[in-house]
Amino acid sequence: MRIEGKGLVDRSNPVGFRFDGRDYTGFQGDTLASALLASGVRVMGRSFKYHRPRGVMTAGSEEPNALVTVGRGAGQVPNVRATVQEIHSGLDARGQNAWPSVRFDVMEVNDLFAPFLGAGFYYKTFMWPRKFWESLYEPLIRRAAGLGALSRQHNDEHYEKAFAFCDLLVIGSGPAGLMAALTAGRAGADVILAEEDARMGGRLLAESHEVGGQPGADWAAGVLAELASMPNVRLMTRTTVTGAYDGGTFGALERVGLHLARPPMDLPRECFWRIVAKRAILAAGAHERPIAFANNDRPGVMMAGAVRAYVNRWGVAPGQTVAVFGNNDDAHRTVKDLVAAGIKVSALIDVREDAVAPQGVTLHAGARIVDAVGRNGLREVIVADRDGKIARIPCDCLAVSGGWNPVLHLACHMNGRPVWREDVAAFVPQPGMVPGLTVAGSANGTFSTQACLREGAEAASLALSELGRPEAKIAVPDAEDGAIQLRAYWEVPDPKHRAWLDFANDVTTKDVRLAAQENFRSVEHMKRYTTQGMAPDQGKSSNVAALAVLADATGRGIPETGITTFRPPYVPISVAALGAGGQGKGLAPQRLTTSHQASVARGAPMIEAGLWYRPSYFPRPKEATWRESCDREVRMVRERVGVCDVSTLGKIDIQGADVGRFLDLVYTNTFSTLKPGRVRYGLMLREDGIVMDDGTTACLGEGHYLMTTTTAAAGQVMRHLDFVAQAHCPGWDVHTISVTEQWAQFAVAGPLGRELLNTLLESPIDDAAIPFLGCGRVRVMGVEARLFRISFSGELGFEIAVPARYGAALYRDLVARAESLGGGAYGMEALNVLRIEKGFITHAEIHGRVTAFDIGLQGMVSAKKDCIGKAASERPGLTGAEREQLVGLKPVPASKPIGAGAHLFDEGAEPIRANDQGYVTSVCWSPTLNTHLGLAFLRNGRARQGSRVRLVDHLRGTDVVCEVVHPVFFDPEGGRARG
Amino acid sequence: MRLNCPLCGDRDLREFTYYGASVYADRPGEGWSDAWDDLLHLRDNPAGETTDLWYHELGCSAWIEVSRNTVTHAISATRLLAGRGKAPAKGAKA
Repeated sequence: MRIEGKGLVDRSNPVGFRFDGRDYTGFQGDTLASALLASGVRVMGRSFKYHRPRGVMTAGSEEPNALVTVGRGAGQVPNVRATVQEIHSGLDARGQNAWPSVRFDVMEVNDLFAPFLGAGFYYKTFMWPRKFWESLYEPLIRRAAGLGALSRQHNDEHYEKAFAFCDLLVIGSGPAGLMAALTAGRAGADVILAEEDARMGGRLLAESHEVGGQPGADWAAGVLAELASMPNVRLMTRTTVTGAYDGGTFGALERVGLHLARPPMDLPRECFWRIVAKRAILAAGAHERPIAFANNDRPGVMMAGAVRAYVNRWGVAPGQTVAVFGNNDDAHRTVKDLVAAGIKVSALIDVREDAVAPQGVTLHAGARIVDAVGRNGLREVIVADRDGKIARIPCDCLAVSGGWNPVLHLACHMNGRPVWREDVAAFVPQPGMVPGLTVAGSANGTFSTQACLREGAEAASLALSELGRPEAKIAVPDAEDGAIQLRAYWEVPDPKHRAWLDFANDVTTKDVRLAAQENFRSVEHMKRYTTQGMAPDQGKSSNVAALAVLADATGRGIPETGITTFRPPYVPISVAALGAGGQGKGLAPQRLTTSHQASVARGAPMIEAGLWYRPSYFPRPKEATWRESCDREVRMVRERVGVCDVSTLGKIDIQGADVGRFLDLVYTNTFSTLKPGRVRYGLMLREDGIVMDDGTTACLGEGHYLMTTTTAAAGQVMRHLDFVAQAHCPGWDVHTISVTEQWAQFAVAGPLGRELLNTLLESPIDDAAIPFLGCGRVRVMGVEARLFRISFSGELGFEIAVPARYGAALYRDLVARAESLGGGAYGMEALNVLRIEKGFITHAEIHGRVTAFDIGLQGMVSAKKDCIGKAASERPGLTGAEREQLVGLKPVPASKPIGAGAHLFDEGAEPIRANDQGYVTSVCWSPTLNTHLGLAFLRNGRARQGSRVRLVDHLRGTDVVCEVVHPVFFDPEGGRARG
Repeated sequence: MRLNCPLCGDRDLREFTYYGASVYADRPGEGWSDAWDDLLHLRDNPAGETTDLWYHELGCSAWIEVSRNTVTHAISATRLLAGRGKAPAKGAKA
């Protein structure tokens, strides 16, 4: 039912869409709700618990009833408010919580059981047997009650996150917001104006008021045109500011592509913004609130302001015969607008005895509505007059106004509590609830248009002066300036019938009174007992009425009863928008070594090491399992030569005159004596005495050092070095920088290692040139390189480093030369076996709970100097026989596999926690020693070498006897690495 | 949350790594003592003003002392850890 000549929709641009399997046509500018109303659709949803037919109540995001599912398949979106969803061709929306459809729903039978289904019913009824709750009762109840559902399929639609910064964020584009943006914009401030609606203007689009002598919508269009021409003003429509956070940060959800029939491929569906604003103005307006009366949830019962919006903005008559019910002058305004639009108004029911009759409309002053009739669409309301006389008033739409609740949610997000203002019967914000945020207009409890315009301009002036900008005085245009005339009226008393407060969660006045009766008298308890305000609309239009009823039931005033806490988000946010960039690998960086392509080309499975990817092993023809490849690679290194990319280890370049004593403080052992051309193994503690990391540091020259860290702890060590330098060494000449990604570094390990290197070094080396733990500069194929004689395999080992851009070429060359010598590339699996055989630790061992004593390196804590963690490492309990100490394990027989994570027990002891003696950290099959091996922490372990323990893994069902041995299984004298 | 790095200016929380109370930067003398025990294990947990350490990890690598209120979340001052004893940087937020 369109009204000719009314509305701001584009009548020349019809749009077809589907709802519940039927085709409809609306116009460009319609929401799903306005287009359906225009098509005469009255039932748009089913209620949560009782499955009662429901029609649209509001014209905004606070809608409790008209929730629909949009789209099909993986990307379907449930619980979309029909009042927010714009129509577009191809839009396919369905009603929800109903079967087979919202027009006819077999679950409607629930409504007949309503006497049993009050608040707390489930808790009281489905008590026994207890175990049935999770398995039977809850799933059944959840199926019967509810909202829309997700598809449960992977949704790969595109969502985005974005950041924005501004001087002033204006939230809401009604009269207050527009004046604020205009004032700040003309003063040159960087302004963002965010509006939830697709079109800016707020109530100016919905009312018939004039502003500055022209229709409100025209005035708004003029202001918007000026704002759009300002380069310092950003206009963000379809953007709901959802939360206020510390430091002037706001969350906002922009519906970017949800209104488009065929959004461009690069456009996300939604974008979640973080907006950082130096100042903010909340001008989000107000929500009209209903009045509770019997069956006030009939389709056709709507908010009066929404009725005016449908008439004035969308040119839709919400009914053919409309009755109006209210406690304030907005009811009269509604009558005026309806009459002007040529819609029949059957009666005005005003609870105020002194109400003045509008021209040509029957007034029932001091009257109330006692029932609403018409299950699938309102047919009549029953009115009790002041004198008790009953009148039946025909109407297919009832416009209700119970007053307005300021939209102060954002102002309360940082724990501020609003205050009750008696004259408007509403909670209003106090100044300073969110630092830097001013509330203006109806959101501040200021309801006349003129006052809203003025407050918006004043709030902007205040923000400008706080920002230190010259003030820009702007004349406030003339507009309606009537005071709100309202008598607080929340419910029509009726002990018999159900009168709804929270339409979305099916909470009635009876439920609230029951909560009070059962002593859930605190507003927070009542909320949880009845679920009042816990639906997707979060009780936007119902919370205040509910607490008014609670106040009445408990004999308290509304301010004493208080209001529940406002928390973000203001509207539901899809998880996909919050998690944008987080699906799969998402935006997580991938760190690839220079040898990555070569490793992949050789068929190596890549494994993650933090953000890095490293080759696991290099399969060769006829090798059926990873173990065969790994064993071959281990033998290759022990007998010939292997090449491994070790660039992922952290590399920190440290320079300055004081680096020696700086390293003395950082490492447990002494580094100030390290000479140029020498490398030393070092151990680092945390200040609490626990091992942080280990690695080597090379002295490249006077005052120039290169520290290596483990791959895992590279970031932590960098942070630690910066901390020690800045906190403890002020004024020292120490400079640190990470060069991990600037250098590609390859281990060349095995008896033929030197031979291999000498085939490509410009000047061949011998043991004297680069002795064990030596380092130096070399040239390889015309490139300056660094060579370190260090070994993580126990073999004669070198690490050669070149600037990263030469890494790929050098790696390919090294591997080819190694292969010609009977060796080749080795991966992480072989690297792990080689180091376990040698008893070298990794972060599997130094996992954040072990001390230098535990790993047998207490001798490395120098007695001659202080170091980070030294004091704590000496404290009782961090040394001694009670500690679990690093040992080696060999299963008996050697062929029995063991697993990391297994626990150790005395032979013959029951394998329970109380008897626990330690645990296994690393295991491997040693092709060198032909046995399984393990590194483990065992209570008093060093003294128990030669004895046996029982290894039990309850998870994997392992139960093996192991011999306790020294953790260095192979070449304990270390002659191979020195040779 | 925003922090004012004395070197880089007003930056988002995501650029920083938190490290706890700033007393951690004050090492007692050598050898285990009650002062060490206090430093490592007996930290205050104030409802109100506190000073803690933040590392501008995704920025300039500076360690920063941040004075803030754990109740209001207001940040009153930030200063470089390396410049302790000098005047604090201008408050991040009024």
